[in-house]
Amino acid sequence: MISVIIKDQPAGFSFAQYVTCLNGIVWREGLRFVHQRERFISALVRPLVWLFIFAAGFRQVLGISIIPPYETYILYEVYITPGLMAMIQLFNGMQSSLSMVYDREMGNMRTLLVSPMPRWYLLFCKLLAGTVVSVLQVYAFLLIAWFWDIEPPPIGYLTVLPALVLSGLMLGALGMLISSGIRQLENFAGVMNFVIFPMFFASSALYPLWRVQEGSPMLYYVCLFNPFTHAVELTRFALYGQMNWTSLAVVSSCTAIFMIGAVFAYDPSRGLSRRGPAGGET
Amino acid sequence: MSTTHAPIAGQTPPDVHFRSDATEMPALSIDGVSHSYGARRALIDVNFIVAPAKFTALLGLNGAGKSTLFSVITRLFGVQAGRISIFGYDIRRDPGEALRRMGVVFQPRTLDLDLSVMQNLQYHAALHGIDHPEARMRAGELLARIGLADRAGSKVRDLSGGQMRRLEIARALLHRPRLLLLDEATVGLDVKARADIFNHVRQLVTEQGIGVLWATHLFDEIVPSDDLVVLHQGRVLAHGQVARIIADTGAQDINSSFMRLTETAAEFGSLSP
Repeated sequence: MISVIIKDQPAGFSFAQYVTCLNGIVWREGLRFVHQRERFISALVRPLVWLFIFAAGFRQVLGISIIPPYETYILYEVYITPGLMAMIQLFNGMQSSLSMVYDREMGNMRTLLVSPMPRWYLLFCKLLAGTVVSVLQVYAFLLIAWFWDIEPPPIGYLTVLPALVLSGLMLGALGMLISSGIRQLENFAGVMNFVIFPMFFASSALYPLWRVQEGSPMLYYVCLFNPFTHAVELTRFALYGQMNWTSLAVVSSCTAIFMIGAVFAYDPSRGLSRRGPAGGET
Repeated sequence: MSTTHAPIAGQTPPDVHFRSDATEMPALSIDGVSHSYGARRALIDVNFIVAPAKFTALLGLNGAGKSTLFSVITRLFGVQAGRISIFGYDIRRDPGEALRRMGVVFQPRTLDLDLSVMQNLQYHAALHGIDHPEARMRAGELLARIGLADRAGSKVRDLSGGQMRRLEIARALLHRPRLLLLDEATVGLDVKARADIFNHVRQLVTEQGIGVLWATHLFDEIVPSDDLVVLHQGRVLAHGQVARIIADTGAQDINSSFMRLTETAAEFGSLSP
């Protein structure tokens, strides 16, 4: 008789194994993005259309007074650039959540969810991976915008990075939270209409809040309580080497809340179990 | 892929004895598990074990609850009632330790079609904390074993159905689990691909001592030396060695044995929730 001894595995994971897991998820998200060239192009075209066409048209209509962080009068294009940077991240966050719904429908999500790593950690890695992709898109946009005379101080390209990471995490976590509640891919169009557009337009991305307050005090408060406004302002200040502490606090808090909500929603006993097995399975 | 272990009825398995550090521990233990989708009860007080180095078939018609059971075992669904443990690790209390000892092939394809064969394996390895050089080494070995070494760089969408299934099995083995779950792994495949996969999995049991839970609705995938769990309308109707279940029901083969079990269950009204 042959005797084979099977050694048991040591319990737990080392720090290096956690890093390997993170690298793998970021790498896969990056590969996916590279394979989807249309996604990259559309991610750039959307803000550039706003910058080249919309801003050029509205330059004469909307005057921007000297408001922090700006120290002089600025062109409208300069004003909306941080808003467009945040818009890239908003769309990317929703795109990531769309791909999570797609993964769930196609079954790929199971590969992630049956990993032995803690589920919260897997979702955080997924979120960070999406944020890395969104930050790269923003820098590509800033590069093109530079040729359009959008020239923040050189140090701003560095100081804006933490702000982009934080706002990317917040918007990605929001997308993740939303995706956990979407049953089918077809329902995603509703998210576009009811989340992305209101968040974007009811914010300081396109017009300063004092202008909104003059037009509609109620809308002003909607904008003020919109987390996207604070993502825009955090980015705007950071791009000029300054810090908006209120926005930092709001974005940090919202990131934590959305992330906890997403982890809670993806808990098997509260999330997938209500939906039942995929079609055709029993 | 080798076909040296054809599923011939009555075949005697090689005389290999596997000893585990976790001695006498069942590979999988299901104890009083129930699961409902709202008012509909999909699993009702399910009990059985899968022994290490043993091929256990989970037989049930479509709708019996096999995929639900797989989802509960793999923690896709929470355990609503009962207890599930893998080599002694409770899936609810120690999910990480339980999941790392288990490989899974789900009924629907779960490969990323846009990634290459090697990239799919590397992604899975990363999810288990296996570093890049080690992952490449293990992936290379597994691909050679399943006859896909020359397709490592191919996009998964360019593979045939049988190749995808073999790749999924290779992926499930990449982190060297000691329990392998396969949910209707041969559905939709041609006869040759079915036989290849079937034989490959049986080799894993005999040569590597992996415990296997093989969910199926096909009687010809079960041999008399297997352990068998008959699942019908969410309940376990029989559990034991195939030959013994056939004898106990007074039937000639597993097909008629299954029919008798389900008819008897219906007559006694034990299936009503």
